[in-house]
Amino acid sequence: MLLSVENLRVSYDQIRALQGISFEIDEGEIVCIIGANGAGKSTTLLAISRMVPAEAGTRMTYMDKDLLQYSADKVVSQLAISHVPEGRRLFENLTVMENLRLACFARKDDGVRRDVDRVLSIFPRLAEREHQKAGTLSGGEQQMLAVGRAFVSGRRLMLLDEPSMGLAPLMMKGVFDALREINQEGTTILLVEQNAQLALQFAGRGYVLENGHMVLEGKSADLLADDGVKQAYLGG
Amino acid sequence: MSLFLQNLVNALQWGSFYALIALGYSMVYSILMLFNFAHGDIFMVGAYIGVGVAAVLLAASAEGALALPPWAILVLTILLAMVLTSFVGMLVERIGYRPLRGAPRASAAITGLMIGIILETGNLALLGAQRIRFPSLIDTTVYEVAGVFITNTKIIIVVVALLLAAGMHFFVHKTKWGLAMRAMAFDYVAVPLMGVSVNGIAALTFALGSALAAAAGILYALAYPVLDPYMGIVFGWKAFVAAILGGRVSVMGATLAGFLLGFIEIFVAMIFPSTLRDLIAYSIVLLILIVRPHGFFGEPYSARLRL
Repeated sequence: MLLSVENLRVSYDQIRALQGISFEIDEGEIVCIIGANGAGKSTTLLAISRMVPAEAGTRMTYMDKDLLQYSADKVVSQLAISHVPEGRRLFENLTVMENLRLACFARKDDGVRRDVDRVLSIFPRLAEREHQKAGTLSGGEQQMLAVGRAFVSGRRLMLLDEPSMGLAPLMMKGVFDALREINQEGTTILLVEQNAQLALQFAGRGYVLENGHMVLEGKSADLLADDGVKQAYLGG
Repeated sequence: MSLFLQNLVNALQWGSFYALIALGYSMVYSILMLFNFAHGDIFMVGAYIGVGVAAVLLAASAEGALALPPWAILVLTILLAMVLTSFVGMLVERIGYRPLRGAPRASAAITGLMIGIILETGNLALLGAQRIRFPSLIDTTVYEVAGVFITNTKIIIVVVALLLAAGMHFFVHKTKWGLAMRAMAFDYVAVPLMGVSVNGIAALTFALGSALAAAAGILYALAYPVLDPYMGIVFGWKAFVAAILGGRVSVMGATLAGFLLGFIEIFVAMIFPSTLRDLIAYSIVLLILIVRPHGFFGEPYSARLRL
């Protein structure tokens, strides 16, 4: 098992966003968490990348290590967990190449150049715009850069927050095809999505999050066939 | 004409101090959205540390333990004081600002004021109320070029200031640490997701800014060798003005604005009685800010404060 989360609880200003959820991910899997706006999907990812504090009683184990012992930057640099956050959070004042180089900040191995070249070959659009400021890219290109950054920063486990957000269908297909390719090269993916149809078609397994509780889990095919899921998340 | 050129030379020297102090103000402000109001006092601390370092080097060379020419003592004094003062800056960040990273901006701002007062009065308690003289490290030579008097000290001050500003520009734009600083200036919340430690870059920024302030302190002491614990206050305010005038994350902006401030002050004093100097000079600065509220240069930044 790559990541095991037990009884994860997170509160913002006294309001509990996650009420003790548990789930796990095996190496090489694509797993999705679906749920409505405000269900706690983004918070789950932020807790794993240690950007928000988990409450006492939470256990998170990653490759037999206690995840709670790591600060946010060490999660990336020492555990190779990368996170594409909500809204992508590119550094718009930096160029495409500078964004990629920054994502390699803590890497000391000699594979940096190879990985950056790999990103540019997966996303040729980024290669064309190498020296352009990230703020001038289109939405789809920005998503490519966000994924590319995660790819080079550490990629044993990639956390993706709504990668479909704001993308035209064709662009979306391109991004998801690339993610599939990245997964086949060995990266485990945990994805949260409001677009349940898309997420369940992409992932092998899924969890359903409602008001801070995990209410359902199963193989994607089973969830897609589930009446409750159909009614609540797949438009009947 | 020679009066104009003479004032130009003086303004370059005066602006050098502002530019070097403004750089530290500007970098900390850009990267942490923090007004480090103790920065003027770091300039003072740097000058005092310079006195100590110079005294040790002079004594060592008088005893024959260290055979160094005067220029080497000056260079060593500047470099060692920069290193030592950078530790003071990191200490200020560690003790004064890091615990308040999540606190309201106003708390961090008054922290700066308090640290400033502590540094001033701490110095007073440590060394007493008498002013201290910076040892004369090099003999002053005066050159006359077309009716304009230029001293070797002035040349050293301006050249060192420009070299340090250029070095800072290079660091910010050509190294990976500089890259992390620019990223943090845009969105410091998201920086850890790139594997970059916010605390590490914050400490680095304070270290660099404090080192430049120390250099400014020693250069100032070369020209005006009498030091007192409160010498950094007004300098700090004015360098802060230059930092804002320059614009965020712009080494060039802060440097140019520092020199501009020097020019405005010196040329106002050339025309008007010197008692009116700051009144008129800073009224001009205010007018500039009204026209360009974001300063001369500067990059945009993300206003999103959490993920």
